[in-house]
Amino acid sequence: MGLSNIIFILVFISAISLFLRNLNRIINNIKLGRDINRSDRSSDRWRNMFRVALGQSKMTRRPIAGILHIVIYAGFVIVNVEVIEIIVDGIFGTHRFLSSFLSDSFYNFLIASFEILAFLVLIACVFFYARRNLVKIKRFWDKEMTSWPRTDANLILIFEILLMVAFLTMNAADSLLQSKHSYYVTAGSFPISQAIIPYLDGLTLSSLILIERFCWWFHILGILAFLNYVLISKHLHIFFAFPSTYYANLNPLGKLSNLESVAKEVSLMMDPNTDPYVTPTTVVEPVESFGAKDVTDLNWVQLLNAYSCTECGRCTSNCPANYTGKLLSPRKILMDTRDRITEFSYNKRKGIKDSKTLLGDYITSEELWACTSCNACTDSCPIDLDPLSIILDMRRYLVMEESAAPTEINMMFTNIENNGAPWQFPAADRLKWKDE
Amino acid sequence: MSEFQVNTMAELMAEGKEVDVLFWVGSAGSFDERAKKITRAFVKILNKANVNFGVLGTEESSSGDAAKRAGNEFLFQMQALMNIEVMNAYNIKKIVTTCPHAYNTIKNEYPSLGGNYTTYHHTEFIVELIKVGKLEVKANLSGKKITFHDPCYLGRGNNIYDKPRQLIEALGVKIIEMKRSKRKSFCCGAGGGQMFKESEKGIEEININRTKEALGLKPDIIATGCPFCNTMMTDGIIAVNEGAAEVFDIAELIAENV
Repeated sequence: MGLSNIIFILVFISAISLFLRNLNRIINNIKLGRDINRSDRSSDRWRNMFRVALGQSKMTRRPIAGILHIVIYAGFVIVNVEVIEIIVDGIFGTHRFLSSFLSDSFYNFLIASFEILAFLVLIACVFFYARRNLVKIKRFWDKEMTSWPRTDANLILIFEILLMVAFLTMNAADSLLQSKHSYYVTAGSFPISQAIIPYLDGLTLSSLILIERFCWWFHILGILAFLNYVLISKHLHIFFAFPSTYYANLNPLGKLSNLESVAKEVSLMMDPNTDPYVTPTTVVEPVESFGAKDVTDLNWVQLLNAYSCTECGRCTSNCPANYTGKLLSPRKILMDTRDRITEFSYNKRKGIKDSKTLLGDYITSEELWACTSCNACTDSCPIDLDPLSIILDMRRYLVMEESAAPTEINMMFTNIENNGAPWQFPAADRLKWKDE
Repeated sequence: MSEFQVNTMAELMAEGKEVDVLFWVGSAGSFDERAKKITRAFVKILNKANVNFGVLGTEESSSGDAAKRAGNEFLFQMQALMNIEVMNAYNIKKIVTTCPHAYNTIKNEYPSLGGNYTTYHHTEFIVELIKVGKLEVKANLSGKKITFHDPCYLGRGNNIYDKPRQLIEALGVKIIEMKRSKRKSFCCGAGGGQMFKESEKGIEEININRTKEALGLKPDIIATGCPFCNTMMTDGIIAVNEGAAEVFDIAELIAENV
C-alpha cells in the first residue's frame, strides 16, 4: 500500500464522516417538527415512492425537462457504479478492480454504458445550463431566485459537467496507457472517450500517466466534495425525494387535515354534559399553539419537504396568485422554511439569541392571504411536496392565535357564526330559493 | 311531473318518510342570486328523474369550507359538528351537492368528525341518473361552442374531470378545451376564502386572466360546475366585455334539455 492509498483512505473517511455528521444534523432539524402520523398505508407509500421518485412519473409532465432529467438521474445512478470500482482501486491500489473478476465482455459492456451515459449527462447538463442562463426561463429568475439559488443551480451543473469530462478524459488516457504500461490492465471498451484519444496520442508516457491520475483523483475527490455540497444545496433532493414521496400526503388534494387540538376543545365546548362553571381539577397540559408561527410549529413532513425542494419552480409557475403578480410563491414558502430551520438550528447549536420567526421575518401575511388553495402547487410538484399545508398552518396561526385576518375575512367568520352562511343573510331565509 | 317539488327533511320526517338522498344546497346555492338558479335547475333535474330527495332547509348551515381554508379551524369544526349532528339525526346516508367546496369538505373532512356519507357532486349524480335510465338528455346543443372550466375542488381536489365532460357531450357538444384544463386548470380565484375578500396587490385579477383565456376560444357558453367559479367567470365576462359568451352551470344546461 503506497502513500497515495493512505491519502485516499484518509480523504475518503473524512469526507464520509463529514457527510454523515451534517446529514445527521439535518435529520435532527427535521425532528424538531411536530408529530404527524404517516405510518399508515405502507404499501401505497412504497408504490408512490417507486412511481414518483424512482419512476419520475411527474417529471415528464414537462417532457423536455423531464426526459433530460431522467438522463442525468440514470447517469448519476449508473455512473456511480463506477465509483465503487474507483473507491476499491483507491484503497487497495488495484487498477480496474472489477475487470479482474468480471468477464471481459461484461466489463466492456459496463464501461461502454458508463461512457455513453456520461456523455448523455454531459449533453443534458450543457442544455440545462443554457436553458437557465441563455434562454432564461422565467421560473429560474423569479424574485426568490436571488443570487445564491441561481449560483447553487449553476454550480451543480458545472460540477457535473466537469466530473463527466474528467471521467471521459481519464478513460481516454487509460486506454492509451493500456498498451504502454503494465499497471494499466487491458480492460474496458471506450466508445465515447475514443474521440479524445487523438488529442492525447502524441504525449509522453509520463504526461499520459499524469493526466490519467489527475482525472482519476479529480473525479473521486469531486464526487466526495459534491456529496458534502449536496447537504447545503437544493441538490439534496437526490436523497430526500425518496422519503418525501414515501411520507407524502396520499389523500385527495382537496382534503385538509382536521386539527386534533381544535377537535378536543370543540368537543368539550359542545358537550352538553360539561359543567361550564366548574374549574378543572386536573392539571391541563400546556396546549401547543394553533397553527404555525415558526418552523418548530410545523410538522416533520413539512420540514422534510423544505429540505427536499430543488427550487424547480413548477409550483410557482402554476400558482394563479403568482401568475397574476401577487407576492405569493409556493416555492418561496418552502425555501423560507428551509432557510429558517437552518438558521434556527444553527443559533440553537451556537447558543445565539434568536428572536426571529418564519411568520413575519420570512413569510408575510400578504403572501399567505393571496393563496386560493387551488392545489396547483401540490399537483405540479414532481416529488409531491406540499407548500399549501404550510400556508394553511400559518393562516391558522394568524386567525386563531392573533385574530389577524383581513377585515372582510373576519366579517365572513362573523356571518357564519351568526347566521350560518358566509354572507349576511338571515338563516331563516335559507329555503327562499324554493319559492322564487 | 312538471311541478317544482322540494321537501325539507323535517317535513318528510313528520310524514314518516325517508329519502334516498339529501340535496346539500350550500350557502351560495341558498343565498347567491346567480347560484339560486343553479339550485332550482338541479331540483328540476331531480324532479324529472323522480329522485326521492330532501333538503335541510333552515337546518342547513355553512359547511365550514371557507372558514377552514381561511384558517378558522374552530369555526369549521363547530359548523361540521352541527351539520353532522343534524344529518345523523335524519339518518342521512347519501348526499348530493352542486357545490364542489361542500362536496370536498363533506366527503373528505367530515368523516373523521363523525359524518360518514356517500357524497356526490351533482355532475356525478346526473351521470348516474342517465346511466340507470332515469334521465334522458337531448342532444339539443349541437353546433354550440362550449368550453368547460374545471373547478379546483372537483378537478385537482378530487380527481373528477370526466363526469362533467360526459354531460356536456351528452348535450351533443364537442367541448373546446382551454390550454389550461383538467389538472392544469387555472383557478377562478375564489377558493381559500378569496371569494369574500379583495385580492392582494398584483398585476391582474385571477378571474380576469381565466375569463380571457376562455373567451379566447370564442365560445358561446362557458360551462362550469361550481357556484363560486360561476360568479368569478360571470364577473370576468362583464369586466372583459368581449364576445357574447355566457356562463352556465352544467345543471342548468341539462335542466333545459331533458
